[in-house]
Amino acid sequence: MVWNDVVAQFGPSTIGGLAFGSIYALIALGYTMVYGVLRLINFAHSEIFMIGTFAALFVLNLVDLSAPLSGLALVGMLLLLIVVAMAVSGGAAVLLEQVAYRPLRRHGASRLAALISAIGASIFLQELFALIVIPDVFHRPQQGGRLPVPGPRLVNRDVLFSIGNANVRTDQLIVIVAALIMMVLLNQLVNRSRIGRGIRATAQDPEAAVLMGVSIDGIVRLTFLLGGAMAGVAGVLYLMEFEVTNYFVGFALGIKAFTSAVLGGIGNLRGALLGGILLGLIENWGAIFFGSQWKDVIAFIVLVVVLLFRPTGILGESLQKARA
Amino acid sequence: MGGIDEKPRGDTAVTDRVNPRVGNLAARVRRSVSDASDVLWRRWEQAARWQRWLVYLMLIGLAIVAPSPVIGSFMSPFTDWPSLLFNPIGVYVLLALGLNVVVGYAGLLDLGYVAFFAIGAYTLAYFSTTYGWLFWPTLVVGVTLAAVSGVILGAPTLRLRGDYLAIVTLGFGEIVRITAVNTDEIGGARGITNIPHPPNLFGVQFLLDPLPYYYIILSLIILVIIFSIRLERSRVGRAWAAIREDEDAAELMGVPTFRFKLLAFATGALVGGMAGVVFAGKVIFIEPNNFPFILSATILAAVVLGGSGNIPGVILGAFLIAWLPERFRGLAEYRILFFGAVLVAVMALRPEGLLPSRRRRAELREGSGGMGRLGGEVSCASASSEVISAEARQ
Repeated sequence: MVWNDVVAQFGPSTIGGLAFGSIYALIALGYTMVYGVLRLINFAHSEIFMIGTFAALFVLNLVDLSAPLSGLALVGMLLLLIVVAMAVSGGAAVLLEQVAYRPLRRHGASRLAALISAIGASIFLQELFALIVIPDVFHRPQQGGRLPVPGPRLVNRDVLFSIGNANVRTDQLIVIVAALIMMVLLNQLVNRSRIGRGIRATAQDPEAAVLMGVSIDGIVRLTFLLGGAMAGVAGVLYLMEFEVTNYFVGFALGIKAFTSAVLGGIGNLRGALLGGILLGLIENWGAIFFGSQWKDVIAFIVLVVVLLFRPTGILGESLQKARA
Repeated sequence: MGGIDEKPRGDTAVTDRVNPRVGNLAARVRRSVSDASDVLWRRWEQAARWQRWLVYLMLIGLAIVAPSPVIGSFMSPFTDWPSLLFNPIGVYVLLALGLNVVVGYAGLLDLGYVAFFAIGAYTLAYFSTTYGWLFWPTLVVGVTLAAVSGVILGAPTLRLRGDYLAIVTLGFGEIVRITAVNTDEIGGARGITNIPHPPNLFGVQFLLDPLPYYYIILSLIILVIIFSIRLERSRVGRAWAAIREDEDAAELMGVPTFRFKLLAFATGALVGGMAGVVFAGKVIFIEPNNFPFILSATILAAVVLGGSGNIPGVILGAFLIAWLPERFRGLAEYRILFFGAVLVAVMALRPEGLLPSRRRRAELREGSGGMGRLGGEVSCASASSEVISAEARQ
């Protein structure tokens, strides 16, 4: 490995890492919020993201783009996609909570049982898409539901500007900026609004929250809705960046996103952002040295190392203030 | 807080039986199933020693005659029954028994258990194809390597708790799989072919016929069952129970929790490696895709579905999870879809598993042992109203 190569690849890797990391961070928000309120690894959250990519693809197929968009048309299109994907993913997440978690919560079942229920729901949703939705709704009976479904090119890959030797492309900039905007909005919602206070109260002490008149069922539903909506946005950005999706797309990204949430400190919204971006960067930087096939291994080794030295993640568990 | 089941359970199933007409259909099904299993349990506890041995012998006898075509004809009309009995049924049962030590006894959540299975399988595949090692000595090596890797994984990570451990083990499972894909020494993504079969044993040839392999795995299963039961009732098992119920309390009582957790991990890994070696000895060809995350999840589901910590339950769970999708091959591709739906439904109806042990069920009720309750202290408004209406009607 020549040092000059490393220097040459460093800039592009950083930009790519930031774009990847923003998507991880958006998905991580869903894990972190649900974990903060219910202390549950919502394993099926990765499928909520997958549904988001397909919701966006559905709209794009309806519109039937002939050429990549730019300017105001692009912004409008992105807004439309994001709104639809947020609604679909958020709705799916609420439905998921209703079907897979609420009955268990009602019995006071163990969290292990909830995890199994989550895994079951995840398998169910993947198969539902592979067997029914992709062949029927996306008209691919011959190819089968298990093959990747390509999407149209939404935006041209022009170089907008360069920082040093790193070229920043339009699509990458959109991903990073859109993710940041969504995260700031969510952060404001949780920290400033009345319902956000409800979420924080439930995360800190559910019993006291109930006594103070917070409707737990409502808050849980809201948490799933918000987390699902963020996963929907991530789905739109992913589809725009990679222009392809499949029924299994959520798995790898879901694991990475959960890793990000743990890395930043699970239950902590800003931690999810930091963890996601860091994970994206570390992966891409590591790939310079070891080759991109070792990306995932690097990500997990970093996670283990961080947890060894800071078991509560980098920023700690702040949404719930380290509940015992 | 809590629902109907919060009421302290008496020793007899009759006194605490809630009015069966109360509650919705799901709750009623849940109660009647749990009453039936209570009755069975009491029978079993009151049975004399010789009666229990009779049951054990009958079960072993049943397992020995299980591959007969008569049983196969209705158990598996679509696939070859003896090979089904070896893989997935036998392999799943062995893996589930191993994972049960980690999840059921020590209460640690391992989402990367398949890694040890892979390590065992790759040990046999690599050493037998490259150095011509024989099956039986390699079985010992594979088991040892798996146990050592369990310690290597556990040493840094077992200081973490609950969900953190889950995600780290999940990562470990993926690391092992990706490393296998990326390492050309062990065949890379193409895997390893032409793994030799085990040599003859007592004049029995190990070729393509699944029967001899079934009997190997059956004897290993029986061995692991005896081993698990002895462990559970030893000082080690009591330490595991203490850790599972309350780790801090166990530590304060002088239980070296870290060392016992490591031991649980190594024991589980050992069984996983054992299953891996036997699996590789039968299938001739292995590749990284034989060891996906979903297999870890499936085995965990088998343990929890059956009733974690209870050996008959775990075996039942593993059997059902391995057998049902094959039995209903008529549903073709839809069987995995149903598998997912069934997992959700069973957990909603019977979160403690099909055959939980008494102690385990009490722990789960209380909120310890199963990594605590879902939603902690949160109770649904509808659940409390259900209690009120139930009490009003009584």
